[in-house]
Amino acid sequence: MSGTFVGMPAFAAFPEAAREAVGNRTLRGNLRHATHTIRAKRARAVAEVSDWAELREAGRRIKDHTLHHLDRYLEQLEESVTRAGGTVHWAADAAEANRIVADLVTATGESEVVKVKSMATQEIGLNEALEAAGIRAYETDLAELIVQLGKDRPSHILVPAIHRNRGEIRDIFAKEMGEWGRPAPDGLTDTPAELAEAARLHLREKFLRAKVGISGANFMVAETGTLVVVESEGNGRMCLTLPETLISVVGLEKVVPTWRDLEVFLQTLPRSATAERMNPYTSMWTGTTGEDGPRTFHLVLLDNGRTDTLADQVGRQALRCIRCSACLNVCPVYERAGGHAYGSVYPGPIGAILSPQLRGTASEIDASLPYASSLCGACYDVCPVAIDIPEVLVHLRERVVEGGPAVRAGNRVLLKPAKGHAAERAAMRAARWALAHPGALRTGQRLASRTRRLHPRTLPGPGRAWSGTRDLPPVPAEPFRDWWQRTHGTDNGEGAAK
Amino acid sequence: MRVALFLTCVNDTLYPDTGRAVVKLLTRLGVDVDFPLGQTCCGQAHYNTGYRHETEPLARHFSDVFGEYEAVVTPSGSCAAMVRELYPRLGERARAEGRGQTLARTLAPVVPKTYELTEFLVDVLGVTDVGAHYPRKVTYHPTCHGLRALRLGDRPRRLLEAVKGLELVELPGAEECCGFGGTFALKNADVSAAMGADKVRAAESTGAQVLCAADNSCLMHIGGTTSRLRSGLRPVHIAEILASTEEEPAL
Repeated sequence: MSGTFVGMPAFAAFPEAAREAVGNRTLRGNLRHATHTIRAKRARAVAEVSDWAELREAGRRIKDHTLHHLDRYLEQLEESVTRAGGTVHWAADAAEANRIVADLVTATGESEVVKVKSMATQEIGLNEALEAAGIRAYETDLAELIVQLGKDRPSHILVPAIHRNRGEIRDIFAKEMGEWGRPAPDGLTDTPAELAEAARLHLREKFLRAKVGISGANFMVAETGTLVVVESEGNGRMCLTLPETLISVVGLEKVVPTWRDLEVFLQTLPRSATAERMNPYTSMWTGTTGEDGPRTFHLVLLDNGRTDTLADQVGRQALRCIRCSACLNVCPVYERAGGHAYGSVYPGPIGAILSPQLRGTASEIDASLPYASSLCGACYDVCPVAIDIPEVLVHLRERVVEGGPAVRAGNRVLLKPAKGHAAERAAMRAARWALAHPGALRTGQRLASRTRRLHPRTLPGPGRAWSGTRDLPPVPAEPFRDWWQRTHGTDNGEGAAK
Repeated sequence: MRVALFLTCVNDTLYPDTGRAVVKLLTRLGVDVDFPLGQTCCGQAHYNTGYRHETEPLARHFSDVFGEYEAVVTPSGSCAAMVRELYPRLGERARAEGRGQTLARTLAPVVPKTYELTEFLVDVLGVTDVGAHYPRKVTYHPTCHGLRALRLGDRPRRLLEAVKGLELVELPGAEECCGFGGTFALKNADVSAAMGADKVRAAESTGAQVLCAADNSCLMHIGGTTSRLRSGLRPVHIAEILASTEEEPAL
């Protein structure tokens, strides 16, 4: 599968990628059905909690506090993990993280690993890196399995195969499972029970054979060195307990100070994500124990642009994200464009602010992501840690069109504006000038009114994007200010213009 | 009470009928309306497209023009949200960039006294029945900035419910964005158009003759879509409905 998104120049800018999705009726139908179902369920689950606003505020505060003292809590975490028998590795970027993991697996002498759904490893392209080192990685989360077998890419944070329907999944299982291990049973239908049973039989062989497991984590508790995975199938628990060696690759922003802090997130995450009152499988592990579970435990703490993001006063709030994906499920743009259009393991509104911060805005896709929103604000309203996604989107748009100070790889840099915005910038400056001079605005309005019968029905240049699908309103014979002056006479206030 | 009408550049240029309706409505309610001719634009399009530094002169100009008035009323949820929500942020960012408090202090006077029209009617004038008559079947689209930035809530709906002859029908998926989003409509035209088409289909399913909103920018996008789809649905600004009376009905 082509799971990696990092540094792949092949991704088209968002508008082009979205155009394809908008034209795909099956995809749009699948997405619409799934997002609307989850959206309605989530709204009910949240409405049940009387102190949701307080929980949201508490989550925001805990995350902000932790990010503010990240160095302290990460050092505490390292101490705790080491004390509990684990080994901590620090990875500055994707290449370093991949090298560490590949070396650790190679050292065990194994050439196969099982994985529990981990966005961090998707982010760094670990599966591909392992393949290059002669190691085969098996995804064990049901949706990730579908994506892997389908040689596809995830398109949702929580439901990576959201863009597939049951019929498509049946076809993928029937065709591909045999290539990876136990084949699908003959005569497999598209009923959920049969599909789940086929996946269960296929995966069980892997769980029982694997000597190395690779996981992510939703949270890391600094005071005890405990890692937490929140999942709903139990497959993750198998990956965490059966192998002899467990390697966890986790973004360094996932640390929380204490167990007490988990209390908040274990309420807000399941309700925001899958509309569940309590998460079905919450697995926690602390280093190693002599008699049970993995005998060796490694924690790879991944930076990969996170401390750069932390340096940005407006943008750093994106690091509060607990990956619940509620913002995806309410986003009207995600619903129509699909997850692949975002060119990242993090799609939807959160992806549109996270990817251009983690990766920078140099590539075409990353420069286009801050514009992949109508700024409707629905994402901010549902976010359980109150990330003001529209605010960050506008902030990143500024970075794209005006450039400005930023931190990249730990160094303060002055970014140049992204390419392709010169004409827009000139137009914006001209418009600003005209709008700061009421006389110029009035001249323009009058000109438009007087030439109204000559206006074309379709527009040239960038305006074509409008007139391709929508009609323009006719320009009135007289702008309002002329009517006002004609009927009310006095020039009251024009002199106030400076 | 003497208030300044901030019509917005889009309404001034393209929708003068909305401006005339606001003047007629407020005058009928005993409000003394002034239209300062120095007014232009709040700077929202600049700000939302990423040109924050180009927005600042426009915001200062707005404050110069409107700073002296008791209240500023605008028939646009998104422009009201620009002043109320984002002008303070402009000042805060300027301060964070080491440019001191000057911008924040210049903009501060207009922030609390700028009102969206329906908010002004309900909260400041304290009326929900404005004596309007509009005998049509109407569905209401609560625009994103009215809904989620200004938290207008049911104010527009209460005003519409008090209009004589008006039959208000619920719009399915009312709280979903119509897809306008300013320059989003150009930069992501395909997604924007798909959102607009879905909004129009939802409105058509209600059997309404009129789709009403409190923001002409959204109505321009929805109206452009209904026109292209040859839908019989008419986009109408809420001010024109509220201004309509039996003696002087809206067209």
